[in-house]
Amino acid sequence: MTLDSAAQARSTADAVARRSYGKLVAFLAAALRDVAAAEDALSEAFATALADWPLNGCPANPEAWLLTVARRKGIDGLRRRRSGEAAAAQLQILAELDEAASTVVGDAAIPDRRLALLFACAHPAIDAGIRAPLMLQAVLGLDAKTIASAFLASPSAMGKRLGRAKQKIREAGIRFAIPACNELAGRLDGVLDAIYAAFAEGWSDPDGTDVIRRDLTAEALFLAGMVAGLLPQEPEALGLLACMLHAEARRRARRNADGDYVPLAEQDVALWDAAMIDEAETLLLRASALGHIGRYQLEAALQSAHVERRRSGRTDWTPEVQIYDALLALSGSPVIALNRALAIAELQGPRAALEIVDALGADGRLVDYQPYWAARAALLARTQAYPEARDAFDIAIGLASDPAVRRFLQGRQAVLPHCEE
Amino acid sequence: MQYLLMLYSNENGWSQMTPAEQEQGVAAYGAYTQALKTAGVLVGSNRLQPSTTATTVHVADGKSQVLDGPYVDSKEQLAGYYLIDVPDLDAALAWTARCPGASHGTIEVRPVWYM
Repeated sequence: MTLDSAAQARSTADAVARRSYGKLVAFLAAALRDVAAAEDALSEAFATALADWPLNGCPANPEAWLLTVARRKGIDGLRRRRSGEAAAAQLQILAELDEAASTVVGDAAIPDRRLALLFACAHPAIDAGIRAPLMLQAVLGLDAKTIASAFLASPSAMGKRLGRAKQKIREAGIRFAIPACNELAGRLDGVLDAIYAAFAEGWSDPDGTDVIRRDLTAEALFLAGMVAGLLPQEPEALGLLACMLHAEARRRARRNADGDYVPLAEQDVALWDAAMIDEAETLLLRASALGHIGRYQLEAALQSAHVERRRSGRTDWTPEVQIYDALLALSGSPVIALNRALAIAELQGPRAALEIVDALGADGRLVDYQPYWAARAALLARTQAYPEARDAFDIAIGLASDPAVRRFLQGRQAVLPHCEE
Repeated sequence: MQYLLMLYSNENGWSQMTPAEQEQGVAAYGAYTQALKTAGVLVGSNRLQPSTTATTVHVADGKSQVLDGPYVDSKEQLAGYYLIDVPDLDAALAWTARCPGASHGTIEVRPVWYM
C-alpha cells in the first residue's frame, strides 16, 4: 500500500460521507428499523473501506460498495441481538437492501429515506428536547460532542440522551415512514420545530466566532432546504426555509466593525444579502399561494416586513403588529407577546408597550429571559424613568451570555442621563 | 445540586485594560452576581487576588514545605469562583455561559461531592 493510495481512499471516503452519509444512514435505518444499528453498520463499513480501498483500489461505485458491506454488518448485528422469528422477519426486509445495493449507481439511485428518518426522529414519542440533536446526528452525522457543545450540554449527558432516544425508536417500534396525509400536518410541525431549534442554537452566536454554532445554522438551513425540496406542497416547510433565509441574510449586519451588536433598527441594509432575501420572498409567495397559513409563514412575513426598509428606508409597523396578533393567537408564546409589545411601542408609544410588558412580567416564564429585561429597560428609558431603566439594564446585563450583547447593553445603560439623588 | 464554577483567565488581561474597561468589566460581574441572587441559585462567590500572592503548602514526613507561588504555574490562573445550587448540570452550564468569565477566559464546572 502506498501513501498515495491511502490518501486517495481517505479522500474518496470523505467525499462519500459528505455527499451521502444522511441518505445511507436513512436507507439502512429504514431497513433495519434501528438508527443506532444503521449508524454502527455504516461506520463499520467506512472502517472496512479505509482498510480495503488502499489495497484493492477505490470502487467505481463507492456508495453501492458501502451499502453492501453495511448490509452484511447489519445482518451480523441483527443475529447477535435477536433470535428466531424476529430476526427472520427482519432479514426478509434486508433482501430489499440487497437488491438496492446491486442496482445503485452512485448516490442518486438510493431511494431517499431521509424524510422518513426525520419523521422518526421528531416522533411525538421522542422527548421534544432531544429531537433536534437526534436529527443532527442521524441525518448529518454530527458527533455527540459537537452537538452537546452547541446545545450547552455535557458531552456524556448528550451521548446518553441520544442513545436513549435511539433505543426508544428501536424498542417502541417507531415507524420510518412519511405520515399519511391526514396526520402529516401535525407531525410535520415536530420536524420543523426541531430544525428551527437547531437554527436558533446556532443563531445565538451571530458573529460566528464559535465555529460549531455557526456551522449549526448552515446544517439547519440544509435540513430546511431538504424538507422544502422533498415536500414542495407543504406551505409551512417553505415558510420555515423563508424565515431562516431572511434571518441568515442579515448576519453580516448584526455586528459592526468592532464586533459590537447592532440592533435590527440600526442595521445597514446594504449589508443584507440580497440574493438570500429574494429567495426567501419567492418561497413565501409560493407558500401563500398554497392557501394554508401557519406559524412559520407568519414568522417569515414578519421578517419580510423589515425588508420594506431596504426599499423605502422606513419600516411600516402596522402590518408588523397585525402579524404579531396572528402569531400570538396561534402560539400564545410570551416571547411573541414581548416582540408584539415592541412593535406596538413604534405605533402607539412606549407607555402603551410598557403596560403590556408589565402584564407579561407576571408570567414567570420570562424572569430569566434576557431580551425581556433589555426590552423593558429600553422602554423605561424612553419614558424617562431612568432609575428603573438602569435597574432593568443591570438585570439584562447579568443574564446576557453573548459578550457583544452585554457590551451593547452596558453602552445603552451608560448613556442614560443621571438625575440628582 | 451544588456546582462550583471555577473561573480561569489570563491575569495580564486585567492590567492591560483601560480604567473604563475595568469599570465595565466589574459592572458586568456585578450584574451577573445579582442575576444569580435574583434566581435564588447563588450559594457563594469571590474574586481572588492574582496568583503572585499565592503560597502553597505541602506536609510530608511531618515536615511542612511552604512555597511561594501558585500550585500550577500557567498563563491562565484561577481568578475566582461561584458556588451555585441548581437542579442539574444543564442548568449549571446555562448559568456558566452567562458568566462574563466564560467570554474572556475558561470556566471549569464541577459538582460538589455530596456528603
